[in-house]
Amino acid sequence: MAAARAHDLRTVLTGDDIARATRRIAHEIVEKAKGASDLVLLGIPTRGVSLAQRIGLAISEIEGIEVPVGALDITLYRDDLRLQPPRALESTLIPAGGIDGRTVVLVDDVLFSGRTIRAALDALNDVGRPAAVRLAVLVDRGHRELPIRPDYVGKNIPTSGLEQVHVRLVETDGADSVEISSAREA
Amino acid sequence: MTAYVFRGVRPYGEAAVDIVVVDGVITELAAPGTGVGEVIEADGLIALPGFVDLHTHLREPGREDAETIESGSQAAALGGYTCVHAMANTDPVADTAGVVEQVWRIGREVGLVDVRPVGAVTVNLDGRALAEIGAMAGSAAAVTVFSDDGRCVHDALLMRRALEYVKAFGGVVAQHAQEPRLTENAQMNEGVLSGRLGMVGWPAVAEEAIIARDVLLAEHVDSRLHACHVSTAGSVEVIRWAKSRGVDVTAEVTPHHLILTEDLVETYDPVYKVNPPLRRTEDVLALRAALADGTIDALATDHAPHPHEHKDCEWGAAAMGMLGLQTAFSVVMETMVEPGLLDWRGVADRMSVQPARIGGVATQGQPIAVGSIANIVVIDPDAHWTVVPAALASKSSNTPYAERTFPGVVVHTMHAGRPTVIGGALA
Amino acid sequence: MRHLLSAGDLDRDAALLILDTAAEMAALSDRSVKKLPTLRGRTVVNLFFEDSTRTRISFELAAKRLSADVINFAAKGSSVSKGESLKDTALTLEAMGADAVVIRHWDSGAPYRLAHADWIGGSVVNAGDGTHEHPTQALLDAYTMRRHLRDGTGALEGVRVGIVGDILHSRVARSNVLLLQTLGAEVTLVAPPTLLPIGIEQWPCDVSYDIDAVLPNVDAVMMLRVQAERMQDAYFPTAREYSRLYGLDGERMRLLPEHAIVMHPGPMNRGMEISAEVADSARAVMVEQVANGVSVRMAVLYLLLGGAKELGE
Repeated sequence: MAAARAHDLRTVLTGDDIARATRRIAHEIVEKAKGASDLVLLGIPTRGVSLAQRIGLAISEIEGIEVPVGALDITLYRDDLRLQPPRALESTLIPAGGIDGRTVVLVDDVLFSGRTIRAALDALNDVGRPAAVRLAVLVDRGHRELPIRPDYVGKNIPTSGLEQVHVRLVETDGADSVEISSAREA
Repeated sequence: MTAYVFRGVRPYGEAAVDIVVVDGVITELAAPGTGVGEVIEADGLIALPGFVDLHTHLREPGREDAETIESGSQAAALGGYTCVHAMANTDPVADTAGVVEQVWRIGREVGLVDVRPVGAVTVNLDGRALAEIGAMAGSAAAVTVFSDDGRCVHDALLMRRALEYVKAFGGVVAQHAQEPRLTENAQMNEGVLSGRLGMVGWPAVAEEAIIARDVLLAEHVDSRLHACHVSTAGSVEVIRWAKSRGVDVTAEVTPHHLILTEDLVETYDPVYKVNPPLRRTEDVLALRAALADGTIDALATDHAPHPHEHKDCEWGAAAMGMLGLQTAFSVVMETMVEPGLLDWRGVADRMSVQPARIGGVATQGQPIAVGSIANIVVIDPDAHWTVVPAALASKSSNTPYAERTFPGVVVHTMHAGRPTVIGGALA
Repeated sequence: MRHLLSAGDLDRDAALLILDTAAEMAALSDRSVKKLPTLRGRTVVNLFFEDSTRTRISFELAAKRLSADVINFAAKGSSVSKGESLKDTALTLEAMGADAVVIRHWDSGAPYRLAHADWIGGSVVNAGDGTHEHPTQALLDAYTMRRHLRDGTGALEGVRVGIVGDILHSRVARSNVLLLQTLGAEVTLVAPPTLLPIGIEQWPCDVSYDIDAVLPNVDAVMMLRVQAERMQDAYFPTAREYSRLYGLDGERMRLLPEHAIVMHPGPMNRGMEISAEVADSARAVMVEQVANGVSVRMAVLYLLLGGAKELGE
């Protein structure tokens, strides 16, 4: 975030918006999957994991059963490793039941180029063989560079390439919000 | 008749004169501007008797890729030397009259410095049987200094015999003091740093124990002993004690042991690998004090050229030794003169008079005075220079002082009345 | 981090980053598909001037699990009968495009020299140099201690470690002393005085000649291999006397606190520094040390090669 210069911070989702969006996504997931029995939610660290847990909680409230929630770190599968200094790894936590034959919903905060999801699909491939993989994101900001499309979206937010999307969540940032900063060229 | 005049030079840094040299001899110390002859400008510079090195490795015969008598002589002249003692550890070893005569003869042909061969004490430096010391002493080279340098004459009985035997020829045994069992595969000074770096240590006691033994042997058989490249504070104490007892012992110290310390080994750069190894700061300070008070009689370079590939490698595989001839004076300047430990007469004594006396070279180490043979070095104490390894005259470039800027520049050197270096370049 | 040459080069954060990364690597290694694409297209050379099958295999496996191409270059020889020089070997590897060179060499400082002599451009990992250091061994030892002590919380502050044996010739001991000090552990070295380096009193650790006095107060004891040949150089009179005074047998093992573990970098000299009873006991974590070695080396290779080369070096 520090990269953003001269910001015009503009709030696009409030805490209430985020709560409504995650609950709606939970409903859509259940509806599409015709229940929650085969679902596994895997969040992509860091904020995707928090979102997955929230969605998981919402689904269990709706359906009355526990949905396995895990984390899938994609660092070692990234295609831009050589462009930056080595990154510290985040935890990968695959729920005890595994993912074979299940419907895996990948959860991330922002969908942008699609490269993260490409890496996640590769990572998933090394973990097991799901029956289906879906994608849930809180924000889709466009600018896709790969043929990847989300199944569940909290909010579509058209952005310019220069803008930055800041997702803040209670678990990691102390509060819930989504803001856009327009980083002007220096 | 050939006449030269060092115009306006200050012998020993004292009052300016014209030193007039005619046919190899100083004939007059004239008032500045009045001497007659081919003028060598030396206005305000300092004249000292030409330096004498007791410890030079010229590598010829055998390793002419590292150094030759010619290239080594050039380096010596550029360093202000008019005489060098060529160590015996050549290939073949200088352990016969034939080898020492050959070295001596080539040295004369090159003619830049007196090349005085050192004869081996034992055959092939093996430490088992005495070499033909008498034949080398009686040869045209008239060898007086005998040394197995590079190796220690560690057998006490053999050392005793050598000390006794050289008495008949007025010779001296120059001992490379290194107890071999205590220094097997040794890589650096033994201490905290060697323990941390995981290097086999070369303990100070391995030098001190041999020097202690040898001064007692020299006393017992009433002979002369010279201790090569003394490197530790403990050795200084032993020598001081021996001299106080009246033992006929002399000692030398190298320039690098006056200025470099063991912490350089942390770079693992083999340019700092030398035998005896670089020691602690305490040792360096003790050696400077000992050279100042005369406990250590002479500076000796232990100039040890090595081909590039013997240094451009890992530490353990590298050869020991470093160049010294062209940097020796500057090191003395920085470590002894500038701190006030030696004045110019002191420098003349430690770099010329004493080494000439120890080496028994009557034609060297003579004072800047009428009637002396004209072995003269003229230096500029106020100038500085930066060491560029490739620019040194030696065929090798293993100087530990690359890119280092030193005080003190050798401007002119005259060997037996003939200019060998003029204006810092070979004449 | 460009190279890993000495455990002393790692500050606390760097050491913990490696150890934490190793923990993630270990978790990934439990999967059916163990291979990760991370270092695809990168070349790791194992340059071993000394035989060490276990260390070489460990690095090889680590590199392969990260999809690096691995070249094993056994440059056999000794300092006496040298084959190709280190420099020429290095230039060859550079020409082949090695991104990292994992080097085991008999000469202390050879990895440092390789990294600093302008012979190669890639990263250098010290896999054991002479009697100097073996940083990945120290890392895997620390990793193993983190898993077993303090309920696996990973905190080694105040943990007491005894290292027993031929300290003088041990690169494992040197690296462990440095790393464990960085991580806040307290180390006591135990050896006969002949097998302790001069100046050891200035090392950041305690020293004892008495193993029985040390064992009741440690959380981990690390037994070092002692080569029987050492007695020819008068380091100790006989193997039997060494074993009696400094070996870890069942009786001594019972002096250890209940929770303490027994470690050994291998290969073990059963009957010399460690008895079979101890080596096969539940406290012994040697097999686990080997497995942890792969994870730690994966972490090191990832952190050295997994990102862009640092600028300005």
